[in-house]
Amino acid sequence: MLLLALDTATPAVTVALHDGTAVLAESRQTDARRHGELLLPAVDRVLAEAGAALGEVTDLIVGVGPGPYTGLRVGLVTAATFGAALDIPVHGLCTLDGIAYAAGQAGLTGPFVVATDARRKEVYWARYEDARTRVTEPAVDRPADLGERVAGLPAVGAGALLYPDAFGDVPAGMPEHQSAGALAALAAEQLARGAELLPNQPLYLRRPDAQVPANYKVVTPR
Amino acid sequence: MADEPLVLGIETSCDETGVGIVRGHTLLADAVASSVDEHARFGGVVPEVASRAHLEAMVPTIQRALKEAGVAPSDLDGIAVTAGPGLAGALLVGVSAAKAYAYALGKPLYGVNHLASHICVDQLEHGPLPEPTMALLVSGGHSSLLLAPDITSDVRPLGSTIDDAAGEAFDKIARVLNLGFPGGPVIDRIAREGDPDAIAFPRGLTGPRDAAYDFSFSGLKTAVARWIEAKRAAGEDVPVADVSASFQEAVVDVLTRKAVRACRDEGVDHLMIGGGVAANSRLRAMAERRCEDAGITLRVPRPKLCTDNGAMVAALGAEMVARGRAASSWGLSADSSLPVTDPHVPAPAGHDHDHGHVHDHDHVHELSRKNLYA
Ligand SMILES: [Zn+2]
Repeated sequence: MLLLALDTATPAVTVALHDGTAVLAESRQTDARRHGELLLPAVDRVLAEAGAALGEVTDLIVGVGPGPYTGLRVGLVTAATFGAALDIPVHGLCTLDGIAYAAGQAGLTGPFVVATDARRKEVYWARYEDARTRVTEPAVDRPADLGERVAGLPAVGAGALLYPDAFGDVPAGMPEHQSAGALAALAAEQLARGAELLPNQPLYLRRPDAQVPANYKVVTPR
Repeated sequence: MADEPLVLGIETSCDETGVGIVRGHTLLADAVASSVDEHARFGGVVPEVASRAHLEAMVPTIQRALKEAGVAPSDLDGIAVTAGPGLAGALLVGVSAAKAYAYALGKPLYGVNHLASHICVDQLEHGPLPEPTMALLVSGGHSSLLLAPDITSDVRPLGSTIDDAAGEAFDKIARVLNLGFPGGPVIDRIAREGDPDAIAFPRGLTGPRDAAYDFSFSGLKTAVARWIEAKRAAGEDVPVADVSASFQEAVVDVLTRKAVRACRDEGVDHLMIGGGVAANSRLRAMAERRCEDAGITLRVPRPKLCTDNGAMVAALGAEMVARGRAASSWGLSADSSLPVTDPHVPAPAGHDHDHGHVHDHDHVHELSRKNLYA
């Protein structure tokens, strides 16, 4: 088993290679506006670092969001195209699940919340029983509206850091953005168990901003 | 292979997901998935709707093109993609897919210019482009006169619209007349029943002191709208066919007049017309007549090759391969405002294609401004 994992649903552009047991190489860069430029060079670097070729990869793992769409699509279309060109399966995972798993690796136990920045003063978030068990569907909300749903729970992720009034304590040493290494490790665990992962389809959670052009304006002065 | 490169081209600058395959100047496949119907109720292309549709259509459209062409991906000599100009988020889907495809197949990547591709596509229809080529490009996103001594390396803008693109004017007038979106095809159809000389609408920028090769359609658009409103205010019926025909005549008159003049001034004996508006039947007819009168050979590709498609991108990519132009780097950006003077985006000098290069400027921003429907 050789997994190539990538995720562009948060400001991080992250790629990792995992052999089913451990992460062989990983790249993490944070630049919310350059996902398209950074991703392929990162794939190339990670493969070179591990001394592997793309053709040896058996499965692709991709974070399917939720996340700001323009960046999110870079990872999804890259994974889909790799999958088609190499004729290997593409497995989706909720991006928040990868961050939760990384929080577990960093020592967080018990119930907690993961929140990422959804921009427009909102967060993408979900609640976890533990690092492997999500108990709510991923959602997008204004932090101030979360209230009881997150009260008293530790929180991780850039969304929690951004809105400290809405979320509980952010324990020290917790991941802020996605790590493809954690995503790959989670996928390796689930695939080994025979679990079915998600299809390679984006979790947008919002309808497109279909800006209807202003109604036709009368040009004749009245 | 240098003479007849086999290239797959990907186009996602607006609302068409296009994948084409060419061998040299021969068209092998032209697969297009359009999201135009999803935009119709908004009266223009909605960038986020277009980007979502590109993501869904990308891989199926690549596979459809390969099947249509009957070629194996391993036989390709390169992958070309529209790097710009266009809608940033839409371009990014195609650029990302092209990089992944080229990388997975171990093929060179060519990020090319959308406008130069509109010109180069004519090689698939009429053989090698004369050098230089005079081109009139007209669509919902652009209206320009370009002189191309070498389509892979030297494209010079002579003039362009100073306000609306020609196709945009068609969309706006169609909206005033309640004819729906996009406006070009429906106005073309209705105008056939009307009199092009019924109403004398203004010809923008045609005065003796006006820029010889620039266009302006904003004044025309306003004049047509005023004329319609006056009729409505007087309680009279609007003669939709006559208005359509007369408006279309004004647009087409200016476009062809300036294009023929540019040919004369530059001593070029042929004219290429491309872009979505080149599908307009009246533009084709008038250009034919005026070119014939002026002793100019007219080259207009079939309508399906005039609107946005992947074959045009593949055609320019094949020319890049044939002429030994440098490939792009894996750090290629989608550039929503790529200048027409850059026919392609080569890797920076001294750059090793196997190692990612990253531009230090920021190009990926979402544009929600104009409808670039062709
Ligand atoms: Zn176009």
